[in-house]
Amino acid sequence: MSTQDTFDYSAHVPSNAEKFRQRTLPLLIFAAILVAIPLTGPSRTMYTLMHQMGINIVLAMSYNMLLGRAGLLSFGHAVYFGFGGYFAMHVMNWIADGSGIWGGFPVFLLPVLGFGAGALAGAVIGWPSCRRAGTTFAMISLGVAELVASGAFMFDGFFGGEQGISGDRMNGPQMFGLTLGPISQVYWFIAFWTIVGVAGMYAFTRTPLGKLSEATRDNPQRVQFIGYNPQRVRYMVFIFAGGFAGLAGAMSAVNYEIFTPDAFSLGPSGFILIMAYVGGITYFVGPIFGAILLTYMQSMMSDFTDAWLLYLGVLFISIVMFAPRGLAGIVFGFGAGLRGPRPRAFLITWLTHLAGIALMLIGLIVLVEIAVRWSNGYGEAFAPFGLPLAQSNPLSWLLVLLSALAGGALTRRAARMREAQA
Amino acid sequence: MNIKKTAILAAALSVFTLTAATADTIKMAFIDPLSGPFGPSGESAYTSFQLAAEHINAAGGVNGDKVEITGYDNKVNPKESLVQLQKALDDGARYIVQGNGSSVASALIKAVNKYNARNPGHEVLFFNYAAVTPAFTNEMCSFWHFRFDAHADMKMAAITDWIKQNPDIHKVYIIGQDYVFGQAVAKAAVEQLAKKRPDIKIVGNELHPLGKVKDFTPYTQKIISSGADAVITGNWGADMQLLMKAAAESGSSVPYLTFYGGSKGTVAALGAAGVGRLYQVSEGITNLPASPEQYALIEEYKKRFPQYDYYYHRAFNTMAMFKAAAEKAGSVEPIPVAHALEGLSIDQAYGKAIMRASDHQVQQPLYISVVSDDVKYGVDDTKYGWKLVPGGTISLEAAEQPTTCKMKRPT
Amino acid sequence: METIVFALVNGVIYGLLLFMLSSGLTLIFSMMGVLNFAHASFYMLGAFFAYTIMGATSFWLALIFAPILVGLIGAAVERYGLRRVHVNGHVAELLFTFGLAYLIEEIVKIVYGKTAVNYRVPSILDFPAVQIYGADLPAYRIFMLFVAMAMLIGLWLLLRRTRAGLIIQAALSHPHMVGHLGHNVPLIFMTVFGIGCALAGLAGVIAGNIFVTDPSMAVQMGPIVFVVVVVGGIGSLEGAFVASLLIGLLQNLAVGINASFADIFGFLGLTSASEVGSITVSSLGPVLPFLLLVLILIFRPQGLMGEREL
Repeated sequence: MSTQDTFDYSAHVPSNAEKFRQRTLPLLIFAAILVAIPLTGPSRTMYTLMHQMGINIVLAMSYNMLLGRAGLLSFGHAVYFGFGGYFAMHVMNWIADGSGIWGGFPVFLLPVLGFGAGALAGAVIGWPSCRRAGTTFAMISLGVAELVASGAFMFDGFFGGEQGISGDRMNGPQMFGLTLGPISQVYWFIAFWTIVGVAGMYAFTRTPLGKLSEATRDNPQRVQFIGYNPQRVRYMVFIFAGGFAGLAGAMSAVNYEIFTPDAFSLGPSGFILIMAYVGGITYFVGPIFGAILLTYMQSMMSDFTDAWLLYLGVLFISIVMFAPRGLAGIVFGFGAGLRGPRPRAFLITWLTHLAGIALMLIGLIVLVEIAVRWSNGYGEAFAPFGLPLAQSNPLSWLLVLLSALAGGALTRRAARMREAQA
Repeated sequence: MNIKKTAILAAALSVFTLTAATADTIKMAFIDPLSGPFGPSGESAYTSFQLAAEHINAAGGVNGDKVEITGYDNKVNPKESLVQLQKALDDGARYIVQGNGSSVASALIKAVNKYNARNPGHEVLFFNYAAVTPAFTNEMCSFWHFRFDAHADMKMAAITDWIKQNPDIHKVYIIGQDYVFGQAVAKAAVEQLAKKRPDIKIVGNELHPLGKVKDFTPYTQKIISSGADAVITGNWGADMQLLMKAAAESGSSVPYLTFYGGSKGTVAALGAAGVGRLYQVSEGITNLPASPEQYALIEEYKKRFPQYDYYYHRAFNTMAMFKAAAEKAGSVEPIPVAHALEGLSIDQAYGKAIMRASDHQVQQPLYISVVSDDVKYGVDDTKYGWKLVPGGTISLEAAEQPTTCKMKRPT
Repeated sequence: METIVFALVNGVIYGLLLFMLSSGLTLIFSMMGVLNFAHASFYMLGAFFAYTIMGATSFWLALIFAPILVGLIGAAVERYGLRRVHVNGHVAELLFTFGLAYLIEEIVKIVYGKTAVNYRVPSILDFPAVQIYGADLPAYRIFMLFVAMAMLIGLWLLLRRTRAGLIIQAALSHPHMVGHLGHNVPLIFMTVFGIGCALAGLAGVIAGNIFVTDPSMAVQMGPIVFVVVVVGGIGSLEGAFVASLLIGLLQNLAVGINASFADIFGFLGLTSASEVGSITVSSLGPVLPFLLLVLILIFRPQGLMGEREL
């Protein structure tokens, strides 16, 4: 007891320089990167990809407010994304009509309304579902998502039925001289709101509510002892998470100019969950990694291979089984290891592990690609780097087997080395 | 989320792609379902377009340029279609081909309109080969959109004319997919029946979710208990096939008057029960008398793609009209081609096809056919195929419907 | 009247099918606390395996071997996958099965293609059995009814009349106590997981040919099975049975009703011209199970017949 009383906390307060380096600087660097990207003269394809990444970054991070920070596993996060997007879509059409007060509303500010709509949906749906945590919460979120997704096809007035609601973003007053017509102008819209979203969510983690949400995740009883109601904490966090998802929804509405009821369904919700988890839910920046990688896989890898979803599944399961702290955990773990007491031994172990994984991956890729071509039945052979690997070629099977075995051996060796070090 | 099969299919399909690199290529993007419940509908059309392109390339291309068609899988989802459209544009496509799903077509028309307004000099055209909601060539009509299939009102007029000649029909049941197309079909049926046969009672007007129903038994039992003498449906793809599977199981003999009875697997689902019972209205059937070249084409298609049958005649019409227009314009650029397409007339295997300038709606003869076991070409690897019903030919002039389109052309 | 009879017949058949799927999931869920997201994937595997086996031999061999094969795969998944993840907690287990569902769907797409396979009813059962109000009821549906009943009785006998069943029942409510008594709990878990998956596989074998056997069948069936398990209640096979029949009947009855909201709530001034008024009861079919799920979770979290909360 007495030690606590006399403990001097002031020694642990970060200095202003530390605060700047740890809190403000990463955000400034992030913003600088986003500003610098157009200077490289990206192609249309690159713009398309980056817009989707921006949307997914905000979305995955808003999801992590629930899963990572508050410990709430949701299977229905796309619902709030959808409501934010739908409301933005309707407002976009009101702006086009120029009716009433909406005529003077700039399309650029739609994400603010998206935030409001998402937060409102979170407030309505969260009220009954946040009373419980754990599996019950997960099941309610799943039920709500399916309910909204199938119900959306009934109310054509708001959801537009099978073809959804489309609009035109080039209406209303302009902001910053952006017409939002060409794709390079939309970039500034996306970049601006991505930064606002990330900064906003970071600021949220610094508030008492953000701190309390972590406390509620770890030990709801103790939160109750110190006089807070865990249900209310969860509910408040849920509303904010819904709001940021709605913000991402409005970004998507402006980018694609269409929203369909499919946006609410289990598929998109599952993708959000995978993005956040693969990135690493225990880190604030984890979902950014996940969003970038998975968006890239979704848009680019699907051009190279029919089986990209299979690779995604393998990636997700591997993360769940072997690296529950996600990509961010791997990256930061690497950094920490290098700064550790024995960087050399760590690096060797790490490289052995990496080589093992790479070898196993080669085996998997060869196997899957041969299978995909066999399945398509167009008679095309898999030939990486001009090496013909037909399914009749014994070399291909040898390659699959050898690389898998060698990779397995290497990873096991790495594991043993790690144990010896520990 | 998308499958690009260009390389794969091209390698399997064509030896001509080897020479394609030397000439300029005209890039066409085929945005349709290539997987899932509507995958077969998209793929059988895709193979038809590929074969048509291959024939054009073999005959020297379009103004010397080769045609290249790339598939983009949209899963019949409008949002996904716009993502794929963006990719197609990034890949340099100037012609968009789509047909399955009016919900998708509606999104594409709006997107293409906006894209062309924002990117002058890089315009794209949208060739719609099967999305038949009438609005697309009426109130929603666009200079950038051309439809190569008869729209729902035209097809429904053919069906209701047939009902008019059959005084035995007193009760009609309408069933369709719950989206803009199914709603348009139901509306057209109700309006046209009220005009042509006011004595007919509509005993059911049902819309079911698109592509989600796996067992139509409850629906067919409803149809049976309603005592209907005929069923009208605009269903296509898996929704058509499964509806007929349930109808066959329930054992009733109500005739089904359909737009897309030719969807893969539908005739096989009914088997012998389909004879004299399953009707469709289409722009052509393989068992019509035709030229030797047309028969050769039908057989070539079946030989190359044994899992499908020659069904998308309009795919070949689309490509033939595109080629004719490009040659007339002396250019493969979208705007001259679009102007040349307006009013263009070609002789196709089953009559003329004219692209009406006022609304970009193709005008062509329609044929009502019924499943029969006495045919030259069976479908779905059965002996059952489509046979013209007596008086089932609707001439081009008779099939024509007025339009409310006020076309805005670029100046 | 006819519509109600049809709906009852179809609802019972569909309900029993749902029970076949959900009984395994209930056992697994109550015992291990894992909501197996991939459960419907095993249902899909059953249908595809049956299609392959039937192509090579006959439907009857498929009926026996496809579920066994699926059960073995399920046991392997528990042994080498779930057990590993178990140390990371329930969320990790849930996510593992979630990823597994993705993986199985993609593998099925590669092996069997992206579109539906032609898995047909065996010709020996392909005839109309009885006629009700002018509509034929195919013999195969009667056969489904019998298979489902046989499974129901078999499961009941296994749980109530055998020693293994007693242990499983005990493990349902008090897994730790069973472990303390010296039983090999991991082995019980693996066996139950395998049996549960085999039951799902059996459902796939007999349902794949009257519905559609395609790679999306798992995604479509999955959420409904969850609804059954949660509505029925944890650890309660009886609850799962009641919930299966309830949902089967609800969905089929809804399709049979033509009335719209305007017809029902007309006295409140709702007209068919309005958005809400034009909604028909038959279009509510897909929404009802999830509405039921949300209401149950909010007002009766232990489910219809469950003993403890989720």
